[in-house]
Amino acid sequence: MVGTYLNLIVQGALLGGLYAIFALGLSLSVGVMRFVNIAHGDFIVLMSFLLLVLSSVLKLNVLLVLPLVIPLAFAAGYVLQRLLLQRVIGDNALLPLLVTFGLSIIVQNGLLQGVGADTRTLSAGALDVASVQIGGLSIGVLPLLTFAVAVALAFGLDWLLYRSRLGAHIRAVTLDVAAADLIGLSSVRVYAIAMGIVGITVAIAACFMGLRMNFDPTSGPSRLLIAFEVVVLGGLGSLRGSLLGGIILGIAQTIGGQIDGAWQTLAGHIVFLTIFLLRPQGLLPRY
Amino acid sequence: MASTAAPPLLTIEGLSVHYAQFRALHGIDIAVGVGEIVSIIGANGAGKSSLLKAIVAQAGPRVEGRIAFDGIDIRGRATPAIVAGGIALVPEGRRLFASLTVEENLMIGWHIGRRGGLDLAGIFDLFPALRDKRHQPAGQLSGGQQQMVALGRALMADPRLLLCDEISLGLAPTIVNDLYELLLSINRQGIGILLVEQDIRRSLAVAHRFYCLLEGRVSLGGRPDDFDRDTITRHYFGS
Amino acid sequence: MQHVPANQPLIIAVSRIVLLGGALALMVAPRFLDPGGLTMLTEFLCLLVLALMWNLLAGYADIVTVGQHAFVGIGAYAFYGAAVLLRLDPYLAIAAAGVVALIIALPAMLIVFRLRAAYLAVGTWVVAEVLMLAAGKLPNFGFGSGVSLPVAVAREFGARPAERFATIYWLALALAIAAFLSTWLLLRSRVGLGLTAMRDNEEAAGAMGVNLLRSRIVCFLWTAPFLGLAGAIITLQKLRISPAASFSIIDWTVFVIFIVVIGGIGSLEGPILGTILFFVLREHLATLGTWHLIILGTLSIVVILIEPRGLWGLLRKALGGDVIPVSHAARADFGKAEAP
Repeated sequence: MVGTYLNLIVQGALLGGLYAIFALGLSLSVGVMRFVNIAHGDFIVLMSFLLLVLSSVLKLNVLLVLPLVIPLAFAAGYVLQRLLLQRVIGDNALLPLLVTFGLSIIVQNGLLQGVGADTRTLSAGALDVASVQIGGLSIGVLPLLTFAVAVALAFGLDWLLYRSRLGAHIRAVTLDVAAADLIGLSSVRVYAIAMGIVGITVAIAACFMGLRMNFDPTSGPSRLLIAFEVVVLGGLGSLRGSLLGGIILGIAQTIGGQIDGAWQTLAGHIVFLTIFLLRPQGLLPRY
Repeated sequence: MASTAAPPLLTIEGLSVHYAQFRALHGIDIAVGVGEIVSIIGANGAGKSSLLKAIVAQAGPRVEGRIAFDGIDIRGRATPAIVAGGIALVPEGRRLFASLTVEENLMIGWHIGRRGGLDLAGIFDLFPALRDKRHQPAGQLSGGQQQMVALGRALMADPRLLLCDEISLGLAPTIVNDLYELLLSINRQGIGILLVEQDIRRSLAVAHRFYCLLEGRVSLGGRPDDFDRDTITRHYFGS
Repeated sequence: MQHVPANQPLIIAVSRIVLLGGALALMVAPRFLDPGGLTMLTEFLCLLVLALMWNLLAGYADIVTVGQHAFVGIGAYAFYGAAVLLRLDPYLAIAAAGVVALIIALPAMLIVFRLRAAYLAVGTWVVAEVLMLAAGKLPNFGFGSGVSLPVAVAREFGARPAERFATIYWLALALAIAAFLSTWLLLRSRVGLGLTAMRDNEEAAGAMGVNLLRSRIVCFLWTAPFLGLAGAIITLQKLRISPAASFSIIDWTVFVIFIVVIGGIGSLEGPILGTILFFVLREHLATLGTWHLIILGTLSIVVILIEPRGLWGLLRKALGGDVIPVSHAARADFGKAEAP
């Protein structure tokens, strides 16, 4: 019995790694550009389909396709921000919300039109089923790899934001857009680069999501809700908090799913709402 | 020391700035020579800040006239290109990034500038008080020290022309004295300075030339010694 | 200053006559329309109610909800529970739908009003998702697949289908008129004036001493019964409840957001214009399937880029005034003031 629950907690925590990856990009765009990208989940799903298509066309393992897609994802984020989102960010928080809402519907239905409603998964070959024995538990290599990537990404982004030169520019623009523009630090450019980085996290999220779970063109919103819950649980602007939030949500869902398969999603939401009511500022708020 | 005869570093001709509800500048002509300190005086709302913002392309879309830096028209260029070309602004109210460290604030100046001239060590030689506080958030510093960081940030961009907007505002007189000493020493290295101040006495004391703005027009211009107090005050208030 | 046409009073008077004519046409519509036409008009009125409510929240109260479908679903389930399980009088059951929606709105406020602006949209979505999933766990309501409304309950609204359609239509019309007039009055009250002032100029609102949080709470609670009642009427028409259909985010939130955004957010004319346009487009685009939604999504983005106040915002500039005046002073100088 104890072994079962230990196993559930470990599996849940590993799933939480994936959820943290969903959330990191969202956290960055909320923290820097002050808007919640409603299409975040749909972008992840769109990128999963791109990886699926490319890996079958190039006949390459999807983990090898990912590095090829990353520059593309950066460019896509950059261009999206520069050409579209930049026009609507500002004092009126309603506008970016509504524009990304429109994008979300366009991506979902564009995918339905383009690739059909079928459910898909990605495959990394033999890695899909490989597992290791640790302390009597059988743990999948893929979940472990996903978790390791989540940790590396969380700490990497934290370093980028708080230790690097680009990070200082991003924080400066976040603090005072007008002052940055006044002294010649172009907020438009900094925002576009930040959204490019979000694009990279979306590509990584897409790859590991496709390897871990099924997806179809309408999966985006459920990924967005998970990412959102993780960001709020972790605390605004806290990248390491996102890691913790992801783990909590992953464990809640896994245990809920064990009690009754139909309760998996609901258990996650209920744990989220409970913690949110008790601690609205998040578990590890940055400020 | 430079004189008015030197080839101008900055030439402004027929500059007008419109905002949605009003017109801030009505076709003014202004020049700053190489290594010259030029003071812009005028009452509140005379258009002083609009002038500085127009030079760095931050006065909105409705700007007319010619702004030539080193003989090249820079109007229409984006702010980053203008700063990278050698014009740096010390904005009114300092506008530091409060939660960034002193060093990060200063380094932003380096990144946006010409990448020459003073480095961090040079800035700390100029403002020794900042050396110990380099890792502190800029928002925790005293007003005077914050003004040093703002000035340092602009100097890190290695400007040939420094635009100073109300740098003495809200500071104790002794600190203002130090800042003006410093401006003079910066100027002695050949950097042109366009100084916007409400404190006429102090800014005219260091300026080689001055312009007085009144309701968006140049009401008086020349060397401070050429006019008596009354004449300047009259053109300042427009009576 | 904005350009005002010389014959502005005339244009506005004509617009008001058109609006009134439309309302009168709705009064006599059952005499002239076949059941199919009447059904569509009923849908139109229900969607208009949803659009007016979403507009009140997003356009005035600064509550950009993506969870409005939850209250429609709650209304549907409450109506079913009251009419079928509790065997209440069917008309009383409709009223119960509104009451239950209001009761559920109270605890929902705990979450909604704790979320900061940017988070609120997705937060309401999470709450709606929880309510939908919970509805799918209810044993007496057919779990995840839902359940049909017994014929006996439907018959209470008319023995023959044609009678029934007419009754449902009158209910929808009554709801739409009540929603429109009461929202209009709310916006003209102290609550509405404060919210309009806040939207246009926060300092002015503060100076007026308006309690903004209280005004926002009033608006949030205001919308819940109307959404619940709409849910009951929609259920009467569809004769079935299910988590997927009764809590449909596409039907009761996505379409509604597109309607208000394209029509014109932050005005009473916008939702009306948007709903009409939506039905005209639907007649021509519904056969295109996914393209219908792609076109609506693109249209909404284009509208936001050109005029954030939607088609009504564009029209209003041409007309030079409101057809449905909400407040007098605060709206007069709405526009993006360029700060120096």
